[in-house]
Amino acid sequence: MTVDMTPNLTLVVVIGVLVAAGVYLMLERSLSRVLIGIILVGNGINLTFLVASGAAGGAPIVGMTDTDEMSDPLPQAMVLTAIVITLGMTAFLLALAYRSWQLHRHDEVQDDVEDRRIARIAAYDQAIYADMDTEDTVSDLDRDAAEARDETQSSDDDAEPVGAR
Amino acid sequence: MNDYTWLVPLPVVLPLTGAGLALALWRHGRAQRVITLVALTLTLVASCLLLVLADSGPLVVDVGGWSSPVGISLVADRLSSLMLAISSAVTLAVLVYSLAQGFADGDEETPVAIYHPSYLVLAAGVAIAFLAGDLFNLYVGFEVLLAASYVLITLTGTAERVRSGTIYIVVALLSSVIFLLAIGLTYSATGTVNMAQLAQRLPDIDPGVSLVLQLLLLLAFGIKAAIFPLSAWLPDSYPTAPAPVTAVFAGLLTKVGVYAIIRIQTLLFPEGRADDLLMWAALATMVVGILGAVAQNDIKRLLSFTLVSHIGFMIFGIALSSEAGVAAAIFYVVHHITVQTTLFLVAGLIERRGGTTSLDQLGGLAKIAPVLAILFFVPAMNLAGIPPFSGFLGKTGLLQAGVTSGTPLAYALVAGGVVTSLLTLYALVKAWNKAFWQTAPADVPVVRLPRAMVGSAGALVLLGISLTVVAGPLYAYTERASHDLRARIYIEAVLPEGGRGSGVSDDVAGEETQGEETQ
Repeated sequence: MTVDMTPNLTLVVVIGVLVAAGVYLMLERSLSRVLIGIILVGNGINLTFLVASGAAGGAPIVGMTDTDEMSDPLPQAMVLTAIVITLGMTAFLLALAYRSWQLHRHDEVQDDVEDRRIARIAAYDQAIYADMDTEDTVSDLDRDAAEARDETQSSDDDAEPVGAR
Repeated sequence: MNDYTWLVPLPVVLPLTGAGLALALWRHGRAQRVITLVALTLTLVASCLLLVLADSGPLVVDVGGWSSPVGISLVADRLSSLMLAISSAVTLAVLVYSLAQGFADGDEETPVAIYHPSYLVLAAGVAIAFLAGDLFNLYVGFEVLLAASYVLITLTGTAERVRSGTIYIVVALLSSVIFLLAIGLTYSATGTVNMAQLAQRLPDIDPGVSLVLQLLLLLAFGIKAAIFPLSAWLPDSYPTAPAPVTAVFAGLLTKVGVYAIIRIQTLLFPEGRADDLLMWAALATMVVGILGAVAQNDIKRLLSFTLVSHIGFMIFGIALSSEAGVAAAIFYVVHHITVQTTLFLVAGLIERRGGTTSLDQLGGLAKIAPVLAILFFVPAMNLAGIPPFSGFLGKTGLLQAGVTSGTPLAYALVAGGVVTSLLTLYALVKAWNKAFWQTAPADVPVVRLPRAMVGSAGALVLLGISLTVVAGPLYAYTERASHDLRARIYIEAVLPEGGRGSGVSDDVAGEETQGEETQ
């Protein structure tokens, strides 16, 4: 029994478009766009399972379809699992984006605190951290994190975050 | 086949049942604590039994009575059961630590209603990943443990945790998508995702396609194991989580990635075509990671960077593709799970006692809290590889295997390994000097460390030391495990004569997958 394994061109093109658009969106700053990017890429990858299952056939139920004309059920089972998992993760990321909006009034993915700190220190050509023995000024990550502000935050944004009480 | 195969699913079933019960009883904090404790204790017992039983041959369960290449199989061979045993021990110790922290602080840091079910699901996910007999089940295991880890890393949803959690989750999702793509392509190329059957079929497909599959899988696991240059997410995201969460993540999550790499490199792609690539990645991981650690001034971040760095040692052992190399890598994984978890727990204690994790503001702890000093010093020296600790034995094994292999690249890795050990020692001694010696700052808070927190951290320190005591038998065990992997007895165990596992399956179902080979 040989199965026609020539990939369906439409599927391949759709996968290419979905993944390309998804990767582009993932490179954005806003978590909502990253999320849409992940959904697009995820769906693109799910479609590869349809390609993997070969040419479409009848319902894979013994007694209903002739064995030779059945479509392969295993990739469908796998893709269902993958869809459910993606759904759960999407819900979690949405909640996270909402929480970020509660706290900061935006859902931009912020810079690594340390990246920011190193860039600033490098600009002044200072030592990476002040030595307690020789100097009084102390800079540490907690304080920098507290002081670090996003460039996306405007100056009139000093109002209490919605979630804080 | 023996009668003990019913033990194999227990490390998955027990924590998952516990998680369900804990979720149902979310109003009853005390009941939840008892459930979690019992579930994880039983898991530890089951894992230890498996460890003993698997020494006389792999235990295979064909789930639901469907025979192997058709149904899903769970396999506990020496490697899996060793990983399971050590990870259950570590999860239990961390649980006791967090329970004690909960009693001392109330539920601020670890809200019990969410924490306990997620923690159990995490333990179950790790167990699924270790026991999975097919690639898709491995993917499911990864997703289960990752979903739990997303909840744990953003626990309480503070601004800092949301910031670091976002990066962690997006990177983890990306690696899952790559893994899924690899599975899809593997299926279209070979018509199976059962690992034993894959091992039989992969040599027959086009070598180029097989290399693409190997690299895709390595990429996906490389992100999870935090191999440079795929490691940048780790030191930023781990330190913000609560201490017990960071500890269990540091101990287990990256090691699951390392386990998956061991599995695919030995079972699916034994030709070792990616070995040179892995060697370079290992060297870069070791050196870049430890240079990051040297530059750190915060003890949790310092430990996160040493974590990345020491992943390089394990990858080095795997990339040697020799029995000795893989044996040393497995030993190193066991050592590193224990010691890295201990260090993060102790860092949590330091934060409690000294009020901060910044090395600038700590000082004089050796005088203030001598027990804490011992708890830090022993695993720190263990990590740096000072004899007679297990870190030394693991590193010696790796260096020996490297020298035996004798290629210029292996010698470069040996040199890199020695330099990394020295720099680890430097970074940890610097942390020791700043936090435990020097004059104490004026305003050290007066806190009593809860006994059970110190006790559980102490238990892990003892476990770390006992790895030295049992190093002979343990090393022999890892050598046997490595021999199993090289001899690929896995295939024979899952698909005994005729390529069918125990259980029921129609012949039709067998033929159905045959056709896809002709791609």
